[in-house]
Amino acid sequence: MILAVQNISKRFGGLLALNRVSLSVQEGEILGIIGPNGAGKTTLFNVINGVYPPQNGQVTFRGENITGLPPFAIAQRGIARAHQIVRPLSELSVKENVTVGACFGREHLALGAAARVVDEVLEFVGMADKRDMLASKLNVAQKKRLEMARALASRPLLILLDEVLAGLNPHEVTDMLGLIRKIREQGVTVIIIEHLMHAVMNLSDRVVVLDYGAKIAEGTPQVVSNDPKVIEAYLGDPKAALRLLERST
Amino acid sequence: MKSTRPQSFLWLTLLIIVAIALIPILIDSASLREDLFLTLMLVILASSINIIMGYTGYVSFGHIVFFGLGGYFAFFLMLNYQVHFVLAALASGVGASVFAFLLGIPVLRLRGAYFALATIGINEAVRSFVTNFEPFGGAVGMFFNYAVYDAYGGARNALWFAYYAIVVVALVTVTASFLIKKSKFGLGLMAIREDQDTAQVLGIDPTRYKVLAYACSAFFPALAGAIFFFKNGIIEPGPAFALLRSIEGLVMVMLGGYGTVTGPIVGAVVYERLRAFLITNPNFSSLHLFIAGLLLLVIVLFATAGVVGWLRQRVPLLRRYLE
Repeated sequence: MILAVQNISKRFGGLLALNRVSLSVQEGEILGIIGPNGAGKTTLFNVINGVYPPQNGQVTFRGENITGLPPFAIAQRGIARAHQIVRPLSELSVKENVTVGACFGREHLALGAAARVVDEVLEFVGMADKRDMLASKLNVAQKKRLEMARALASRPLLILLDEVLAGLNPHEVTDMLGLIRKIREQGVTVIIIEHLMHAVMNLSDRVVVLDYGAKIAEGTPQVVSNDPKVIEAYLGDPKAALRLLERST
Repeated sequence: MKSTRPQSFLWLTLLIIVAIALIPILIDSASLREDLFLTLMLVILASSINIIMGYTGYVSFGHIVFFGLGGYFAFFLMLNYQVHFVLAALASGVGASVFAFLLGIPVLRLRGAYFALATIGINEAVRSFVTNFEPFGGAVGMFFNYAVYDAYGGARNALWFAYYAIVVVALVTVTASFLIKKSKFGLGLMAIREDQDTAQVLGIDPTRYKVLAYACSAFFPALAGAIFFFKNGIIEPGPAFALLRSIEGLVMVMLGGYGTVTGPIVGAVVYERLRAFLITNPNFSSLHLFIAGLLLLVIVLFATAGVVGWLRQRVPLLRRYLE
């Protein structure tokens, strides 16, 4: 078990964004996290990588209690993240963006050693030809790839992917799915938040469903998509429920 | 090949500075020496502000506080303990850096305008403190007896000595500015400038990096202050902590191009030449600050990247050579 989240609660004023959520992730697996908008998925990521300290509960990474550590300390331990809303370092080049990942991540590489990793990662995500472009000049799909590249360059043991498929066209989605599988093949554990049902169902070994901050289901994609509680949660979002129903038949 | 280009750029820059700095020595011109002394001092000030403002993204309005403190520390040591000037200057640099380090821990938690305001507050507070601090001479300040200069071969030689010192410090400052920009440390600073929260998620400890950058940017102005007031022979709170100098420093950084190595140099030279021209021209003599303000407005509105930044944007070829 690489990551264990136990009884995490996070409150924002009157809103209970996470309510006693527990989950565990095995080394090398892809765990999907789904749920309607506002279910607390991104908040869960924010708690795991230290952006928000939880009110109670504990996050354990490779046997070490990392609850309440600042984000940089967690990044250095090997948890990387690609954000839902892309956050490129705009006035730096693609290469510099990825170098930041390599230099300050788990391996804390010197600039020279980082350069080799950066070349490798840019090749891996198919952005080698964009290396000298300013990050602000990239289109959305490229910025999402840059988020991935930056996260990968830190040589993480666990990568948190927050809706990396949102806003991509079908062709770009296929590319990105291939990329995520390749990441797993390299031995990196993946947790992915995704709204695109067919993608998350195809990709994940296991799926956790959140609704109103609480975990309502967990299991293989097959089991979860037939769970009445899950279908009910999605009825507020009829299209998503329909898509779920389609998959289960 | 690729990595030798920036290095050769640094050597070229240093060479140009040395070549220009040699002119007053060769023609033995005291007035040109004084002009260049001032220009090099501004290069030091602007390049230092650039480390915290251009690389790290924190606008230090009251940066002159380190210039003044450096001057006071060194003056105090030379006057009361007969410490040699070079030692006193180095000690003042270290003192200013330690001061910046301790101050930076609380103050650099502030972001944007709040940090800028806090730095003004620091400068004013230190000025008031020194004005009432008797060991530093209070409101009257401190002054040298001419005998102090005997250790440096008399007053006339001491002026030349101060000039050599400022040339060396300017070269060291530019080199440090370049090395920081090209280092892993500098990359971390620029990541913080672009987006501090993202930088943190990528593994950068923002507090540590910002405080170190602030301490570096305090070191060189303190040396410049030590040299300037050594040459002056008198130090008073007003000229030592002149907020106006600070703001002029910001104009130079913006004019030349913040975040670049050459920007502050170009900015300092252009601004100083312009000021000298305006101040000696009877039609403009009282207008030079007006024109400086106007210049800042034009840069902020139309050319935020400054001269060097603009060149880098327009001529892609230059990006490889011009840092």
